[in-house]
Amino acid sequence: MSFISFAWGWLKAPAQWHGPDDIPARILQQLGYSGLSLLIAALIALPLGIWIGHTGRGGVVVVNVANAWRAIPTLGLLVLMVTLIGFGVGAWLIPLVVLAVPPILVNAYEGVAGVDPDLKDAAKGMGMTDVQVIRKVELPVALPLIMLGLRTGAIFVVATATIAAYIGNGGLGLYILSGLSQSNYAEVAGGAVLVVLLALVVQVIFTVLRFLVVPAPLRIQARSDG
Amino acid sequence: MNWSQVGPYTADNALLGLLPPLIGLVIALPLGVVCARFRWFYAPVLSLTTLIYAIPSLALFVVLIDYTGLSNETVIIPLALFSLCVLVPNVVDGLRAVPQPVRQAATAMGFGPMRRLVRVELPLAVPVIIAGLRIAVVSSISLASVGQLIGVSSLGYFIVDGFQRDFSEEIYVGIVLIIVLALVCDLLLVGTRRLATPWSRR
Repeated sequence: MSFISFAWGWLKAPAQWHGPDDIPARILQQLGYSGLSLLIAALIALPLGIWIGHTGRGGVVVVNVANAWRAIPTLGLLVLMVTLIGFGVGAWLIPLVVLAVPPILVNAYEGVAGVDPDLKDAAKGMGMTDVQVIRKVELPVALPLIMLGLRTGAIFVVATATIAAYIGNGGLGLYILSGLSQSNYAEVAGGAVLVVLLALVVQVIFTVLRFLVVPAPLRIQARSDG
Repeated sequence: MNWSQVGPYTADNALLGLLPPLIGLVIALPLGVVCARFRWFYAPVLSLTTLIYAIPSLALFVVLIDYTGLSNETVIIPLALFSLCVLVPNVVDGLRAVPQPVRQAATAMGFGPMRRLVRVELPLAVPVIIAGLRIAVVSSISLASVGQLIGVSSLGYFIVDGFQRDFSEEIYVGIVLIIVLALVCDLLLVGTRRLATPWSRR
């Protein structure tokens, strides 16, 4: 396994762990980009998805637009942003937000739209207002799918923040790209291993988070993936 | 930019986008059948496919360079693995959604388990399986462009080349061609579904 030994050799070299541009700094960079993008995407997609799911109008449009949306190549969008607005925060932020919106939106919509109509009727019968129905009934029931959407969005963003190194914003992808351009295979291997580990950690965090916020009786149906 | 390059790069991108989901389907069908049959087997398979999906494409391409070099396989293998994440759950959901009375009717007509699966259950699951295939194909076509960063040719060429020469029209061409290719393949799959499920047409 030359790949693993290369990666290990590179990872344990002290040069990677000292200075302002060391591995922990790069990891924080990548997490910072990803966290901010995910937050903005959630602020756009969650209210929209919940509202469309609640009213039941525009659902077909959401699902189809989201499917076509996947065709947008993130690499192309990144590069285009640089030529349009230059190297800055927006150049990596906009493509990552664009990437994270569809899974969050579709899952929030499907979660809320899929709430048993009898439940909603009962809630209204008890005198709940629209906002109360959303807050006390639809949101808790839709939570497994909402969390699934957030997790999918987070994984997309963390993984793709790697490509963002191509437009020169650092992060872990820079190890892969600079290693490739200098034929420094150990650096490429080390960078790839770090990215994979980070993606796995994010996935575990979201799995635990979903377990914590989803009410116990709903956990069983949270199994299915999408 | 050189317009004569559009044809070859579109063909490369189509291959990198269509072959992985098909390979994925060949793996996902038997795997999904087993998962639908034995429930305890589904959870670990689902965790594994989701885990693979969390690996960034660029990282996986780079890992594979060591074994497959700068060939198409370096891109096709990761994209095929990624497609399992949508295909396996859809095969399982599609098979599970077959109504119990339909199964019983098939058995009553003398169908054995294997023939019932091939002649009744799988055809009924086709719409759900194709729904998964659509997502896998569109994502693969779009992700294949990342392969350009390690030198595997696709429509991503126009994006990378346009960026290096600071020529935004070329980048637009690359993005639009990728989206058009993805939507054309998506339409083909919708057509396939209509042909494969004549009973759902009215």
